[in-house]
Amino acid sequence: MLNKFPLWKNLLVLFVVLMAAIYSAPNLYPDDPAVQISHENDDISEFDLGTITDALRAENVSYFGDEIDGRTGLVRFSNLDDQLRGKAIIERTLGSGYFTALNLAPTTPGWLQAINAGKMSLGLDLQGGVHFLMEVDMDAALQRRMENNVSTIRQLLRSERIRSRSLSLDNSNLIVARFDDEEARSEARSLIRENFADLQSINREQGGSFSLEMSLSDADILQLQRDTIAANKTTILNRVDSLGVSEPVVQQQGANRIVVELPGVQDTAQAKRILQRIATLQFHLEAAPGAPSTSYTTYEYQGQLIDVSNDVILQGDRVSNVRSALDQSGLPQVVINLDAQGGEQFSRVTRENIGTLMDIVLSETKTRSTFTTGADGEQIENQETYEEKRLISHATIRAALGREFVITGLSTTEANELSLLIRSGALAAPMYFVEERTLGPSLGAENIRQGTQAVYLGFGLVLIFMVFYYRMFGLVANVALAVNVLILIAVMSIISATLTLPGIFGIVLIVGMAVDANVLIFTRIREELASGLSPQGAISAGFNNAFSTIVDANVTTLLVGIVLFSIGTGPVKGFAVTLMIGIATSMFTAIIVTRALINLLYGGRAVKELSIGKYE
Amino acid sequence: MAIFGRQFDFLSLAKPFGIASIAAIVISIGSLLINSLELGLDFTAGSLVEVGYSQPVAVSEVTERMRAAGYADAQVVAFGSEQDVLIRLPVDDTVSQEEMANSLVSLGDDILAALDDGSGVELTLNRLEFVGPRVGEELAESGGMGLLVALGIVMIYVAIRFQSKFAIAAVVALFHDVIITLGIFSLFGLQFDLTVLAALLAIIGYSINDTIVVFDRIRENFRIMRKGTPYEMINVSLNQTLSRTIITAMTTQLVVCAMLFLGGESIKGFAIALTLGILIGTYSSVYIASSLLLYLKVSKEDLMAPVIKEGSQDSMP
Repeated sequence: MLNKFPLWKNLLVLFVVLMAAIYSAPNLYPDDPAVQISHENDDISEFDLGTITDALRAENVSYFGDEIDGRTGLVRFSNLDDQLRGKAIIERTLGSGYFTALNLAPTTPGWLQAINAGKMSLGLDLQGGVHFLMEVDMDAALQRRMENNVSTIRQLLRSERIRSRSLSLDNSNLIVARFDDEEARSEARSLIRENFADLQSINREQGGSFSLEMSLSDADILQLQRDTIAANKTTILNRVDSLGVSEPVVQQQGANRIVVELPGVQDTAQAKRILQRIATLQFHLEAAPGAPSTSYTTYEYQGQLIDVSNDVILQGDRVSNVRSALDQSGLPQVVINLDAQGGEQFSRVTRENIGTLMDIVLSETKTRSTFTTGADGEQIENQETYEEKRLISHATIRAALGREFVITGLSTTEANELSLLIRSGALAAPMYFVEERTLGPSLGAENIRQGTQAVYLGFGLVLIFMVFYYRMFGLVANVALAVNVLILIAVMSIISATLTLPGIFGIVLIVGMAVDANVLIFTRIREELASGLSPQGAISAGFNNAFSTIVDANVTTLLVGIVLFSIGTGPVKGFAVTLMIGIATSMFTAIIVTRALINLLYGGRAVKELSIGKYE
Repeated sequence: MAIFGRQFDFLSLAKPFGIASIAAIVISIGSLLINSLELGLDFTAGSLVEVGYSQPVAVSEVTERMRAAGYADAQVVAFGSEQDVLIRLPVDDTVSQEEMANSLVSLGDDILAALDDGSGVELTLNRLEFVGPRVGEELAESGGMGLLVALGIVMIYVAIRFQSKFAIAAVVALFHDVIITLGIFSLFGLQFDLTVLAALLAIIGYSINDTIVVFDRIRENFRIMRKGTPYEMINVSLNQTLSRTIITAMTTQLVVCAMLFLGGESIKGFAIALTLGILIGTYSSVYIASSLLLYLKVSKEDLMAPVIKEGSQDSMP
């Protein structure tokens, strides 16, 4: 009954505590509010940075740590007000072609960054900002695809001189074509099978008419949904970038929803307007050499300047499907399908322009601020919307193109990216806000203040109680409790969990419940002492007998935590995460850390009495 | 050991407490049926706007201005202080999803404009929440499902680790805790939102933790005590675990009360639910779960199946 841990066990405890201390350390270094500056073509130079810092000094905005990081520049500010003022001044000074974004620059020492020690991020309920849940209208996406199919089928039947009595879209996934005779129908059916790999057709006879019902298979609908949501997500990512928010979150949730979280956004109405916009896609030809400069626009594409004719040869809404695929020789390509009218239009233009370059331009409506000087010398910020156009594809027309054509000569990543961009311009389905949570920054700060107060008070009360009731053993439990919180914070930082207000209360609750394991052990030791065991024997028996109880009790709580995690969203998930991690860490500290400390205090020597409070 | 220095005959009170619990459950279910729950925005769908005034403001005045601006269904309540009001707007069933989303774009600005009486009092939009009808329905569904799944998983675990009678007793005790907590929320018209649902699950976690500790002791005593009726053995076990039960309830209650009094308005429902739940959960572990075991005629034989104890002794020198 020596109650001594082998050396490796003590070292293990020491190692865990040390790692926990290191990995929770980054939370002590708050991020600096910063502004990131970039240029649409060039790198940011020392000269640009000098211009910026001169302007900031002239306006008496205090800044520090201006640096160039790769292609972009960064200026740090001491508070959020200065950051906003600084951003406005920088935008005004640099003029067009430059982009600025609010940013949070880490201040953690280099060696911590080098071992990937990050910090917990604050949830929206703690720093203010807006959370949106947007639902993509999948019915509309399907409807549009099928409407395109109907118009193409109509044209096909006409050109093949197959007479149909009627052709209509009966519901979003059912095209019905009626024919006068069996022969017309079977001709139509084989024609459709040839041209539409994804349409399933069924023959039906009713009331003397021969009809053909066509629909997409479940697998194709699923694919359509997957493509649509990916397209919408790309669109949103593009738009969120233009808002200049630091650390935005854009995530898919379920089959048809997208979560958008914009921390620190002040003007949420503006954010909503921008998110709901629709991007457009246009096909152009490259401007002929020597064309008058008013007839073309110059775009930057992969480092080159390209003159694109202003004439639109095809609008994006004629695109019925886009996918990236591999050709027969395994090279990546982007396959674009057009609807009937688009295909006809396109084949006419391309036939006359074989060998010319075709360009695809994506336009997004964005917003920027301009500044005017008011009557009393104040700078007045005006929001103006403008169209930002990007050239996303520049390829040679090799042949007369029809309803389906491919763009080749791309890498796999390029092909995927291009098909996503074309989708986001041409095929993004309408989206609606189904949930919004906006919280002002002052309320977030208030939540942090109240949360930390409650944590301190709760933690303090428990510590006092434990020492009062269990004396030296209580002190040991308190050290274990502190280690517990340290490990909990370290684990949450390592998995870069988001700390929310319920998450803070999860920590509080864990503090309250974590002592339970120690209470179980200590009451057991007291019992063993009362039943006449020696102090050393009581320590050993107390820990051993309480062990299976602690495991059983904690496993059930952990199971409940898992359920909570799987049903919860946002803040509730944050609560569940802290609860689950906390249960695991508190078992470790209550059983191993407490034992190590007790062994160091009492183990391996003759002990007459244990300082564990009354036990008679 | 016993905190009162003497053995306490807990089970002699099983009957009166049992009747009291049944009465509480009946009242709770009755209240849930008649009053139902004051569901929060998370489940009802609609909009909620919290506006901060730079001076104290009367709720009636705010209501008046909202009515005048055409928000006939707006409910206005004071929130925490005289300078903060909470405005609730129900979902308008007559408009399409698209229109709803469009009106949401400027909702915050519209309301601030409607409330500004031009007297120079500053208004700030502290919080705006909107939950669409379908999202609300789904949250309610997954929430109810989550409670049931949690209870089911606990039952299976206890049945495996202990025995089916223990599982039944534990789950009945958990139902008891959840229903009475819900009943109190219903009776007093306290708002039930997503955080309260999370608290309910935390209560299930806490209460089962408490129950398992008692069950573990009962199992141990059934195995080691040669003599004694189940009645006596359960009583001894309850006495042995009593001090731990009370101390743990107390430390947890200390932190939860800190939350209740310092945590602020937005977390109040969560803290109230936990405070209640810990009280009820502690009580149910002692009286409901343990007396049910007796009622289910738990015997030594029930626990004679060769359950292997944790290999703790070896792993902990």
